Amino acid sequence: MEIVAKDCLAPRIVRLVVKAPRIAAKAQPGHFVVVRLNDRAERIPLTIADFDRAAGTITLIIQEVGKSTAMINAMEPGQSFADVLGPLGTPYPIEKVGTVVGVAGGLGAAPLYPKVKALYEAGNRVIVILGAQRRELLILMEELRAVSHELIVATDDGSYGEHGLVTVPLRRVLEREKVDEVIAIGPVPMMDACCRITRELNVKTVVSLNAVMVDGTGMCGGCRVTVGGQSKFCCVDGPAFDGLQVDFAELRQRQRYYNAQEREAYQAHQHGMEGCRCRAK
Amino acid sequence: MPRQVMPKQDPAERSRNFGEVALGFTPEQAAAEAARCLNCKKRFCVQGCPVEVDIPDFIQLLKAGDPAGAAAKIKEKNSLPAICGRVCPQESQCEKECILAKKGEPIAIGGLERFVADYAAEQAGGTVRPAKALPYRAAIIGAGPAGLTAAADLALQGFDVTIFESLHEAGGVLQYGIPQFRLPKEIVGREVEYIKQLGVKLETSVLVGQTVTVPELLEQGFQTIFIGTGAGLPYFLNVPGENLNGVYSANEFLTRVNLMKAYRFPEYDTPVRIGERVAVVGGGNVAMDAARTSLRLGAKAVYIVYRRSEEELPARYEEIENAKEEGIIFRLLTNPVRIIGDEQGVVQALECIRMELGEPDRSGRRRPVAVPGSEFQFPVDSVIVAIGQGPNPVLLRNTTGLQLNERGYIQADPETLATSIPGVFAGGDIVTGAATVIAAMGAGKKAARRMVEYCKQKYPNG
Repeated sequence: MEIVAKDCLAPRIVRLVVKAPRIAAKAQPGHFVVVRLNDRAERIPLTIADFDRAAGTITLIIQEVGKSTAMINAMEPGQSFADVLGPLGTPYPIEKVGTVVGVAGGLGAAPLYPKVKALYEAGNRVIVILGAQRRELLILMEELRAVSHELIVATDDGSYGEHGLVTVPLRRVLEREKVDEVIAIGPVPMMDACCRITRELNVKTVVSLNAVMVDGTGMCGGCRVTVGGQSKFCCVDGPAFDGLQVDFAELRQRQRYYNAQEREAYQAHQHGMEGCRCRAK
Repeated sequence: MPRQVMPKQDPAERSRNFGEVALGFTPEQAAAEAARCLNCKKRFCVQGCPVEVDIPDFIQLLKAGDPAGAAAKIKEKNSLPAICGRVCPQESQCEKECILAKKGEPIAIGGLERFVADYAAEQAGGTVRPAKALPYRAAIIGAGPAGLTAAADLALQGFDVTIFESLHEAGGVLQYGIPQFRLPKEIVGREVEYIKQLGVKLETSVLVGQTVTVPELLEQGFQTIFIGTGAGLPYFLNVPGENLNGVYSANEFLTRVNLMKAYRFPEYDTPVRIGERVAVVGGGNVAMDAARTSLRLGAKAVYIVYRRSEEELPARYEEIENAKEEGIIFRLLTNPVRIIGDEQGVVQALECIRMELGEPDRSGRRRPVAVPGSEFQFPVDSVIVAIGQGPNPVLLRNTTGLQLNERGYIQADPETLATSIPGVFAGGDIVTGAATVIAAMGAGKKAARRMVEYCKQKYPNG
């Protein structure tokens, strides 16, 4: 599974185009893959941010947050993943529903993009709200602009677009016009905050969840999330769920369980990357 | 002459390492044990073997000082002898039927099979040659015991065979489930290599149902398909607190440790976190594996929480004994009712209720009944749920025309293992529900036989 192109979208965020003809042939918006870099690596779920069936490629967007993602982001065209399994998950239903608002926080633009692109092509009116902490962390802005009727950008520090969180323009749009569906994808607190607004205004909302998982095929049950009081497996039942039913507090806690180990691995890795030979065991 | 006893690692020692517990017979022991075989005319032991290994024949070859010949004899019927020699429940199969079992001392068939397989692997002998190539292509879905067996048997018949496996390693439960100390992964790797030597192609990281579908495989020119995907969807208890951090399915826990080598973190990247006190819920082999693995990861106290009594424990006797020797604490007639967490959402305690046994239920085992008001709690840092699994939905929901039974497993003819799709056969846990490695292998073998018949009949000219 060779990397055929790479570009840097923002500090510590890269876009990789990977040769994976079988997966490209089957990929639908909402699908993800599980990649493994080498024989000692973790199995990491990554959303399929785009696909090109003719070229037989899929696009992955990865933010460096720990050892594994740092190693992936250090890869160059010509190098290969040990394994890429997919496409996984349930595809996002693409229908003509009317007006759709897509809300992306930070890296959430990657999973949002294929969905709004398909919804746009299916004849929906598409409004996209793209947010990030600061200007340089805004990704896929032009790509999203090309598949939306209106693009609103917001940054936490006001360095680009509106100053503030994505929830402000979301509320404004929902109060301004009739919206049939909201898709909110980003960090858990951001999705939670969006769902608070849409619940209040009674608008159907879909979120895409990134739970801790191992195999990605329904076997381990590690990615369970509570939706409407029931346990669901993110990998096979999702990753898209009815956001108004998701237990976000639980999801947030579950995502944090391996933080200490992840820090340990990341620090040891960075230590190694600085050229020190005394890599911590 | 008494039955030979296989040497084991000392319990105190082994409970802190992942090395193999049972060490295998020495050549002298194997010779002495083989000499005990009566070579009966009526071969009850063979009837007790789901894959029909010619047991007395291989033992006679071993007795005659020809272990390579013995290995080849086993491999005529069983392509995974080093695995079966280690994990088969011989006591309820071949050894149960042995004439000497009447005196309580059956031939140690499993130990001998293991000896012969390991010997042959060291000598690089015991290979059986595939028959003349036939113009048939078979796809095998799932590289677990059922799929590997079907693949090997079809290859031996001259079929062109490709296995599709969703994980990155072949072996299925042998790889992700059964721990290193009971079945070293090098052994699994060796048996998989052998099957590849028979000409079987292996494509890992392909999830049939998603990456490619069953109808597409048929269109791509596979005349026949075997589905041996296992029953991979873990069951949970449905008690409050089940999604707290520190609650694992046995599948997840064992996959992290066995397949992803979490016991060697941070040398390997996948972590696992269990703390000092671990409760494993369930009483089968998987529960024993999870409990003993926890101990080896450094847990101070490991409990088996099981709602029936010791008599009903479904695990192999040998594994229960091993677990006890290593210091696993059995909390029998005990059923979890709630998992309690701290303010970080991490498991802190398990609340259980005491049980007593009532009248037998449909399974013939006495039904456990809760004793009202007997709830009690004890502190634990993690809970591993090992109460079985159901059919994984991925392939099933993406295969139109595939008939399922009322329990959601694949409906396959018990005799032919044929499914509702012509040319497609299924066997193992995805048909029967969770069972044993050898039962799955038996199904793989049965299916292979029918797949050969099917192809020869349907495509007489290839």
